[in-house]
Amino acid sequence: MNFDLSDEQKAIQDLCRDFAQREVAPRAEAMDREEEFPYELVAKMAELGLMGLPFPEEYGGSDADTVSYALAVMELARADASTAITMAAHVSLGATPFFLFGTEEQKQRYLVPLAQGKMLWGFGLTEPNAGSDAGNVQTKAELRDGKWIVNGTKAFITNSGTELTGGTTITAVTGKRPDGKPEISNLVVPQSTPGFTRSKKYKKMGWRASDTRELSFVDAALPEENLLGKRGDGLKNFLIVLDGGRISVAALSVGLAWGAYDQAMQYAKDRHAFGKPISAFQAIQFKLVDMLCEIEHAKGMVLKAAWEKDEGRDFSMSASLAKLFSAEVSRRCVNESLQIHGGYGFMDEYPISRMYRDQKINEIGEGTNEVQRMVIARMLGL
Amino acid sequence: MTVKLVPDVNAEKRIDPATRRLVRTGVDTVLNPYDEYAIEAALQLKEKLGEGTTVTVFSMAPESGKETVRKALAMGADDAVMLTDAGLEGSDVWDTAFALAQGLKKHGFDLVICGSLSDDGSTGGVPGAIAEYLGVPGFTNARHLDVADGRLRVQRETDNGYQTVSGPLPALVSVTMAVGEPRYASLKGIMGAKKKTIAVQTPADAGIAQPLGASGAKTELLEFAPPPARSKARVVTAEDGPSGAAAIFEFLKEKKLA
Repeated sequence: MNFDLSDEQKAIQDLCRDFAQREVAPRAEAMDREEEFPYELVAKMAELGLMGLPFPEEYGGSDADTVSYALAVMELARADASTAITMAAHVSLGATPFFLFGTEEQKQRYLVPLAQGKMLWGFGLTEPNAGSDAGNVQTKAELRDGKWIVNGTKAFITNSGTELTGGTTITAVTGKRPDGKPEISNLVVPQSTPGFTRSKKYKKMGWRASDTRELSFVDAALPEENLLGKRGDGLKNFLIVLDGGRISVAALSVGLAWGAYDQAMQYAKDRHAFGKPISAFQAIQFKLVDMLCEIEHAKGMVLKAAWEKDEGRDFSMSASLAKLFSAEVSRRCVNESLQIHGGYGFMDEYPISRMYRDQKINEIGEGTNEVQRMVIARMLGL
Repeated sequence: MTVKLVPDVNAEKRIDPATRRLVRTGVDTVLNPYDEYAIEAALQLKEKLGEGTTVTVFSMAPESGKETVRKALAMGADDAVMLTDAGLEGSDVWDTAFALAQGLKKHGFDLVICGSLSDDGSTGGVPGAIAEYLGVPGFTNARHLDVADGRLRVQRETDNGYQTVSGPLPALVSVTMAVGEPRYASLKGIMGAKKKTIAVQTPADAGIAQPLGASGAKTELLEFAPPPARSKARVVTAEDGPSGAAAIFEFLKEKKLA
């Protein structure tokens, strides 16, 4: 048993901490207020190699491992959740399907520019009426004269409408399986596809600087070769992608909780009441200690899931446990941190009010807490 | 370029009264922040001069500092040499400069780039002394440097502006923070750094015969003291705005600031 990070993992963590604190944190407030997508930060993250962090060098990536990826996401989220989700969704949802299921030609065409961070890509699974029941896909794609004709709607799609976005990979019903159930496949939909449109950005409570849109397909025609992976494997493959995605959201949650703890610690030392810093009061000290305890616990779970993935083991259970626990830890930490801030926490004056808003989605995105519990219960054979 | 490893700049520093040396245990070691500017200057020069230019990190440090030296490689330096020996511990400016100069001579160089001082000792004496031992022109406090036709051209920072000076290579230059913000080590740099060589040089390899380190030091630290505590601020309690303003004005007048 060894809890030390490798030299590379440590160096990547240091780099991301330095970058996040120096470049990301100072912009977080303005980006949140203006709902401004972090183009400049994406360009810098691309330059540093973060946008292709876990992919092989031959496909434009940085060849780092999942533990490094989790550490990077944590450090970014500690400074700003919007920037962190932009990077994390890009890597784990946008680019990963091409890496796992793409043909060599699709990898060259899509994965390389994505890993280099020159292009962003969406992951179109959720629909207005298919969220937790992701299998209830209503979007249809019919193969007619060598073209897929797509009709339907996708909801809440991250990175789907930026100036850098090249397109979105979707799930669509492409026919009926022999057992009568719908056959679901993945299709690659470039931005320029006629009949494919993006809505305006959603007005969101948190993650306000990240780009989230509704996608609509009206007789959108795609070349037949835009199938990603095998026909009929669409849902299975996307669920495999989501397993890795859970590590992302778990790391985001830990990062946010950690950021909330940083803010609470600073505020508690600066703020005086009854003639001394409030950090001198046991009521505040206990809150801070409890937060740190939970963060360390959650961090350990996330890194274990990431390590299992790196070792090529089955990490589904660990990733689900880590995602569920970290999301709830992030809620408790932003809540206690805001409480320590008192009235000032309720004002839009300290980063904690943004963190409080940014937190809620951690318990909803990539499987709600309830779905996470269902998934874990199923793995327990219940 | 030469780099020094120093205790984490954000850590609280403590001096051991018995040895009169900085306590380094329990404190992370980092690259001297001033030396990161030397690395930046070296990499900028390499980018300008192109292929055939090699940037070597040269450091006198214990072997445990290898991973910190690797950060300079992750930023883009080509390789590193560490002059390492237990006998070098406790070196003063003279020792350090002499040992580095011998090591550099042995290794060979066209231009030595140094940070202008270290975050821990802060003497600022080493670059000039290395130049002396190397017998090459030494340019200190450079805000910009350039190499053309075998000559070095340097803008030296002064109190009122800068002077442009030029001299033949080989040479030594120490740089200020004006050369440009040190770049981040990219992931590619970090992943590639483990494949780069960090050679270890002993004093014997460098041809150093005499004892160095604490036993060879020419200076001795006699006494040390923490910085004086700040005197207590004067608190002015005023009835209202105008009387408060008047009190502040009186205070400024008293200090001859108004």
